[in-house]
Amino acid sequence: SILCNKTCVCPASQIQTVTLIPGDGIGPEISNAVMKIFEAAKAPIRWEERNVTAIRGPGGKWMIPPDAKESMDKNKIGLKGPLKTPIAAGHPSMNLLLRKTFDLYANVRPCVSIEGYQTPYTDVNLVTIRENTEGEYSGIEHVIVDGVVQSIKLITEQASKRIAEYAFEYARNNQRASVTAVHKANIMRMSDGLFLRKCREAAEKYKDVKFTEMYLDTVCLNMVQDPTQFDVLVMPNLYGDILSDLCAGLIGGLGVTPSGNIGANGVAIFESVHGTAPDIAGKDLANPTALLLSAVMMLRHMGLHGHAKKIESACFDTIRDRKVLTKDLGGNSKCSEFTEAICQRMKDMD
Amino acid sequence: MTTRSMRALSGTLKPLFSLRSPQGFVVAACHQTHKSTYTAPPARYGGRHTVTLIPGDGIGPELAKHVCELFRFCCVPVDFEVVNVDSTKTSEDDINNAIMAIRRNGVALKGNIETNHNLPPSHKSRNSLLRTTLDLYASVMHSQSLPGVRTHHRNIDIITIRENTEGEYSSLEHESVPGVVECLKIITRTKSLRIADYAFRTAREKGRRRVTAIHKANIMKLGDGLFLECCKEVASGYPEITFNSMIVDNTTMQLVSRPQQFDVMVMPNLYGNVVSNVCAGLVGGPGLVPGANYGENYAVFETGTRNTGKSIANKNTANPTAMLLASCLLLDHLKLHGYASMIRKAILSTITDSQLHTADLGGKGSTSEMVQSIMDAIQSSGPRTQRH
Repeated sequence: SILCNKTCVCPASQIQTVTLIPGDGIGPEISNAVMKIFEAAKAPIRWEERNVTAIRGPGGKWMIPPDAKESMDKNKIGLKGPLKTPIAAGHPSMNLLLRKTFDLYANVRPCVSIEGYQTPYTDVNLVTIRENTEGEYSGIEHVIVDGVVQSIKLITEQASKRIAEYAFEYARNNQRASVTAVHKANIMRMSDGLFLRKCREAAEKYKDVKFTEMYLDTVCLNMVQDPTQFDVLVMPNLYGDILSDLCAGLIGGLGVTPSGNIGANGVAIFESVHGTAPDIAGKDLANPTALLLSAVMMLRHMGLHGHAKKIESACFDTIRDRKVLTKDLGGNSKCSEFTEAICQRMKDMD
Repeated sequence: MTTRSMRALSGTLKPLFSLRSPQGFVVAACHQTHKSTYTAPPARYGGRHTVTLIPGDGIGPELAKHVCELFRFCCVPVDFEVVNVDSTKTSEDDINNAIMAIRRNGVALKGNIETNHNLPPSHKSRNSLLRTTLDLYASVMHSQSLPGVRTHHRNIDIITIRENTEGEYSSLEHESVPGVVECLKIITRTKSLRIADYAFRTAREKGRRRVTAIHKANIMKLGDGLFLECCKEVASGYPEITFNSMIVDNTTMQLVSRPQQFDVMVMPNLYGNVVSNVCAGLVGGPGLVPGANYGENYAVFETGTRNTGKSIANKNTANPTAMLLASCLLLDHLKLHGYASMIRKAILSTITDSQLHTADLGGKGSTSEMVQSIMDAIQSSGPRTQRH
C-alpha cells in the first residue's frame, strides 16, 4: 500500500537528508541496525544525527537544542528512537517537548498482523489516527477544595477540524475504504459532540471515503472480538492513546509497532514507541523491528515506495522464516544477526 | 469555571460538606463502621418481592419479557413493577418516575435507555441520571470464560469494579470561547476511597488474591494521582490482598495478549468503560456478561456492556444470556439463592452442553429457542414446575 500523504515528486536518484535521533537505552543500537539495513537497500537517505536532551533556553524555558531544531526544520523528516522519561529532572518529558516544538498534531499508527509472529489475532489491518495536542492531556488540573480535583479536557474546533481532515486525506492517499470516528458523545455531549461535528463536516468533503461513527465502548468490545471490521479510526487524545495501544497489543506489542507523528509545516517524525529497555541496552539483544517499520513508513511518506517495499518484505520474510529471531520474537539470535539476515535477504533480492 | 458549572459543582460538593463531623472532615469509608448485615429490601409482602423493571430500548423489551416468562415458569416469588422510560421525550418525568419506583422497591432490573446525542447538552443521558441520583457508586462486572464459547483467549476470570458516579461522566461542560469546549473530570477523595474500599471488600468476600488499580497518573497527576493514593491507602487495610497498579494503555495491551494475569480491577469511570468492554469482548461479547450497579441503599441489574442492540431489536436473534444472568444476580441480591443457581445451571448447560448459540456466538439459534431450552433444562433437572 502506498503511504505517501502528499504529492511527492522525489526522483529516486536524489539523496534526501533525514534527521536521526538515536535516543537512549537500546536506541543507538537499533538506529545503527536501521542505518545498516538502509545502506544494504541502497536507499537514497543521508542521516543527520542529533541529540535532543532538553536544555534551558533564554527566559528559563526548557527547549530542545537549537541545532536539533534547525536540522528538523531544514529536513522536515525525522526518525526517532526511544527517549528516556526523566523523573525529577525538572523538565517535562522529551516526547512532550518535541510535540510542542513541532506542533505534531497527528499520531498515526498502522497496525498490521505480522506473519510469523503469532498472536491470538490474525488479519489485523487497521490504522489509528489520534489527535495529539489537546483533549484530556492538556495538563490543566486544579485542586478545588481539599479532596476534590478537577482535570480539564479541552476540545477545540480548530484541532478537531485539522485531525478530521488529516484522517480523510490519509484514507484517500492510502486507498483505505472507511474512516470511523470514535467518541463518547452520549456522555460528553459538548466536547465529543464538537469533535464529531467536525468529523462529519470533513466527511462531506471526502465523499469517496465512507464515514461511520461509533462509541468508544462499542469499538473496544468489537475490536477484541473481530478487529478485521475496522479500517481507519480517528479520535481525540485519550481514546487514541488507549485504542492505539490496544491495537498494538493485537499485533504483538510495542516491539513491532511503527508510529508516525505528523506536524504542521510538513514536519513528520517517525518513531518506535517502545521503551528504552535499559536492562538489555548495549548487549546486542534488542529488536529493531519497530524502528525499522517506522523507517519504512517514513520512506513511504517521502514517496520512496520501491525501497520501502523492499525493506519491508525483507523484514517480514525474515520473521516469517523464523530462523533468525531476537529473543522477544521467540528466537535467540542477536540484534546484529537479525540485521544481517535482513541485509542478506535484500542482497539476494537484487 | 463559569458560574453555571460552579453551581453544578457546588451541588456535587454539598453532600461532601454534610459529612463534616465536629472532628473535621472524616470521610474515609474504611474508617467508619461497616453496615453490619444486609437488610432485606423494603418491598417484600407475603414472601414475594417487588422489583422495578425498566425495559429500555432496542432489545430491552423483548429480553424483559423473557425474564418475566422464565420467572413465572420457575415460580420465582418476584413481582415486577414495569416502568417505561420513553427515550424520545425530552421531559425528565419518565426517568424520575423510574427513580421513585426504584427508591420504593430498592432493586431494579433494567435495559439500556438510548441517548440521542444530537439533542442539546441539557438533555442528559437517562442511564447516567439514574446512576447518579440513586448514587449507585459501584458498577461490577464479572467476566468469565465459558466452556463451549469459542474466544481468542481461555481461562479468563476478571472482576471489574468501576466508579460509577463521577470522573469524566460528571456532565460538566461549557464553551468558554466559541470553538473551545472544556469538559471537567472530577475526582474526589470520598468517592475514590469508597470505591477502593468496595473493591477490596468484594475481593476479600470472594476470596480473590489481587486488586489492580487502573489509572493514567503519569499524565493526569492530580486527578488520577488522587485516585491511586486512595487505593493505596485502602490497600494497607487489607494485607492479605496484593495490590498493584497499571497504566490504562498498558492495561489494554496486556488484556489482549495475556488477560489471565488480572484478577480484580478497580478504576475510575471512563477507564472502567473501556476495560469492562474489553473484558466482555474477550469472553465472548455483549450477549454473555451481566452487570450490576450497587449503591448504599439500592441495586440495579442490567447487561454488563449496556448496549441497546438497536440493529437486532425485535428479530428474535438477541442473546438472552446477559439479561438472564443479570436476573440471577438480582435473585442472589434478594437472597433467593436456590432459584438463582437453578437458573444459572440451566443457562450454562444450554450454552455448553446443548451448544445452542445465538448469532452473536456464531450459532443459528433464536432467542426464544434458547429460553425454551433453558426452561426444558430446569424442568428436567428440578422439581415439577408449572408450565403455561
